[in-house]
Amino acid sequence: MDLSWSPTEVEFRNEARAWLAANVPSEKLPSGDTSDGFARHLEWEQRLFDARWAVVSWPEEYGGRNATLWEWLIFEEEYYRARAPQRVTQNGIFLLAPTIFEFGTQEQRDRYLQPMAQGTQTWCQGWSEPDAGSDLAGIRSTAVRDDVAGGWRLSGQKTWTTRGAFCTHMFGLFRSDPAAERHAGLTYFLVPLDAPGVTVRGFGRLDGDEGFAEVFLDDVFVDDAMVLGEVNDGWKVAMATTGSERGLTLRSPGRFMATADRLVQLYRDIGARASDPALRHAVVQAVIDVEAYRLQTLATVTAIGDGGKPGVTSSLTKVFWSELDIRMHDTALALLGTAAELEDNGWMKDFQFALSGPIYAGTNEIQRNVIAERILGMPKR
Amino acid sequence: MRFAFTTDQLALRDAVREMLVKECPSSEVRSAWSNANGRTAGTWDALMGMGVLEALVPEAAGGLGLSVLDLVLVCEEVGRVALPEPFVEHALVAAAVVGSGHGSMSALVGPAALSVYADSVDAVLVEDDERLLLVAREGLVLERQSSVDHTRHLFTVDWSNTEATTEVGGPRECADAFDRAALGNAATLLGLAQNLLDVTVDYTATRSQFGAPIGSFQAVKHKLADVRIALEFARPLIYRAAYSLSVDDIDRSIHVSMCAAQVADAASLAVRHALQCHGAIGYSDESDLHMWMKRVWALQRAYGDPAWHRERVARAILDKT
Ligand SMILES: Cc1cc2nc3c(=O)[nH]c(=O)nc-3n(C[C@H](O)[C@H](O)[C@H](O)COP(=O)(O)OP(=O)(O)OC[C@H]3O[C@@H](n4cnc5c(N)ncnc54)[C@H](O)[C@@H]3O)c2cc1C
Repeated sequence: MDLSWSPTEVEFRNEARAWLAANVPSEKLPSGDTSDGFARHLEWEQRLFDARWAVVSWPEEYGGRNATLWEWLIFEEEYYRARAPQRVTQNGIFLLAPTIFEFGTQEQRDRYLQPMAQGTQTWCQGWSEPDAGSDLAGIRSTAVRDDVAGGWRLSGQKTWTTRGAFCTHMFGLFRSDPAAERHAGLTYFLVPLDAPGVTVRGFGRLDGDEGFAEVFLDDVFVDDAMVLGEVNDGWKVAMATTGSERGLTLRSPGRFMATADRLVQLYRDIGARASDPALRHAVVQAVIDVEAYRLQTLATVTAIGDGGKPGVTSSLTKVFWSELDIRMHDTALALLGTAAELEDNGWMKDFQFALSGPIYAGTNEIQRNVIAERILGMPKR
Repeated sequence: MRFAFTTDQLALRDAVREMLVKECPSSEVRSAWSNANGRTAGTWDALMGMGVLEALVPEAAGGLGLSVLDLVLVCEEVGRVALPEPFVEHALVAAAVVGSGHGSMSALVGPAALSVYADSVDAVLVEDDERLLLVAREGLVLERQSSVDHTRHLFTVDWSNTEATTEVGGPRECADAFDRAALGNAATLLGLAQNLLDVTVDYTATRSQFGAPIGSFQAVKHKLADVRIALEFARPLIYRAAYSLSVDDIDRSIHVSMCAAQVADAASLAVRHALQCHGAIGYSDESDLHMWMKRVWALQRAYGDPAWHRERVARAILDKT
C-alpha cells in the first residue's frame, strides 16, 4: 500500500490546476441544459479540447493525453475543485466513447471520437421509452432491415433524453429481431438527429431547465456503419455503457469532493447561526462519506490496474454517491434555513438535480436488486 | 498510488482465519458466556504461537516487527469469529508500547472507562494524566461491571494505591495508543458486521415462507443490500486509517475517527437488519446471532462513540480557519 502520488502525477495535477485557474470563466455560464447555455458550454468544450484537457485519458490521436486512470481521477478532482463548467459532452465522452473504444470499428473511432471530444458532434442517450424505463429490455422501437439500401429503418419513440433538443446525435437501443427473446433481439445504433424522419421535442425538468426531450423516429434510415457492435448483440454493448454510467466515469469522486468542500465552507460561514446543532455532524458525515467514496475508488482503480474488472460493484457505488449527494444538499438547505427557498442560493437548483440521482442510470431499487442477487448471491424470484 | 494489501499481508490474514475458524467456533464463544473468565480455552496460546500477539514489537525485541497495517486484517478475523479475548488491547495497544515478556495485557486508554478482562490478564496498560503506566494485576483494585455481552468481563480499575506501576509513555504515546485501540476496535466491528451479513444471507436462502426462500423477497434483499453498501464504504476508511498509523501520517487521528464513526454505524445497521431478517429465531438466545449482536453493541462505543469521533473530525475540519 502506498497512498502517495508520484512526481509525474503531482506535476500533472499542478499543470491541470494552473490551466484551469487561468481559463475557467470567472462568471458562471448559464445552465448547459438550456439552448443558450448549451451553446456557451460548447465554446468552453472547444477551449478544453484545444488545450488537450477535454479527454485526458484518450489516445493522443483523438485529442487526448494518454493519461492513466490515476491521472484522470486527478484531473476530475481539479476540474470540480476549480468549479469549471458542467460537461455537456458527458454522455458522449464518458458513456458512448468507452463503448466505441471497446466495441467500435476503426472507421467508427475515426469518424466519431474526435468530433465528440471537440463538441462539434454532441450525443444524447436514447434508451428509455414511454413503456420501458427500469425494464429496459421492454423497448419497442424497431429497426427493420433494408437490404436494398444497405442499412436499417428505425421507428418508435425515445423519452427522457437528456439534452436531446440540443444534441446532433443519439445512441440508442432498437428491437431488430422481434421474434427473439427480449434481451436477444436488440441492436445498438448511432443516429444523426438531422436524419429525415426524426422529430425532437424538448421539455422541462423538475429543476426548471429544458433538459429532457422526446425523440420520435418515423422510418429513419441509417446505414450499416451506424451499428455499434454486432447486430442483435445490443444488450451486451449497452451494459458496457451502463457500467460507465454507474461507476467510475460519469460521477467520479472529484465531483462530490467539491460539493463537500462547499458544504464545509457554508458551515464555516453560517453554521454558527444554524438552528439545529445536529447539522455540524451532518456536515462532518458528508466529509467522511466523500472520503470513503474517494478511497473506495482508489481501491477499484488499483484492482483494475491488477487486471480486475469493476463489473457489478458499480451498483454499490451508484447507490452510495446518489444518496450521498442528496444528503449533502439536504444539509446545505437546512443550514440555509429560510434562505433555502431562494432560487439563486447556490444550492436549491443542485438539490433538485441531486434528487434525480436515485432515478437515472438505473434506479436505486434496481441497483439494490442487482447487489442482492449478483453480489450477495441471494435467490431470484 | 496503490490501495491494496500485499500477498504477505493477505497470507497472514488467511493463516489466522484458518486457526480461528478451528479454535473459536461459535460453541467456544457460547462457553465463554458462562465460564470463569469469559475467554477461550486455547486461542490465546495459538495466537501467541503464530506471533501475532507481539506482531508490533520490534524484531530485535523478540516481536515480528510488523505494522498496524499488517494487523488490521487480523483484527477483522478476530471480529468475524467474535473472539472473546483482549486481542486489540494486548496486541495493538499494550505490547506495542511495552514489548514482550509481560504476559497477557489489557488496556484502558482514551475516553474508555472500563477495562476488559482485567481480572485474568497479567497487567493493564492505563492512561493517567497524559502518561501511560503499566500496572501489574496484583496492584489493581477491580470492581466488576456486567456487560450486555457476558463474555466481556469488565472492570473499573483503581491503581492509586499501588507501587507496582511503571511509566512507559508520555502524551504522544497516549494519543497513539488510543488511536491504535480505536482502529483495532473498528476493524473488529467490520469483521463482526461482515459475519452478521454473511450468516443472514445464508439463512435467508434456506428459510422458506409462502413457498419461496425469504431471501427472494425484495424487502429482505434491499435490507441486506444496504448492509453491503454500508460495509463497502466503511472498509476503505479502516484500511486508510491503518495505513496512516503505520506511516505516522500527520492526520492519523482524523482518519481513525472517520473510520470509527463509519463502521459503528454500519455495524448497527447490520445488527438491525440481521435480526429482522432472521425473525424470532434471531431473537432467541439459542441462536448464535444474539452473541454477535451483543458484541457489536459493546464495541460500537468502546473507544469513543460515533458522535465523539465525529466531533473529533469536526474540530479538525470545520473549526480550522
Ligand atoms: C434527470 C434524468 C435524466 C435522464 N436521462 C436519460 C437519458 O438521457 N436517456 C435515457 O434513455 N433515459 C434517461 N432517463 C430515464 C431513466 O433512465 C429512467 O427514469 C429510469 O430508467 C427509470 O425508469 P422510469 O422513469 O420509467 O421509472 P419506472 O421504471 O417506471 O420505475 C418507477 C418506480 O418503480 C420502481 N421499480 C420499477 N421496477 C422495479 C423493480 N423490479 N423492483 C423494484 N422497484 C421497481 C423504480 O425503482 C421507481 O422507483 C433520465 C431520467 C432522469 C430522472
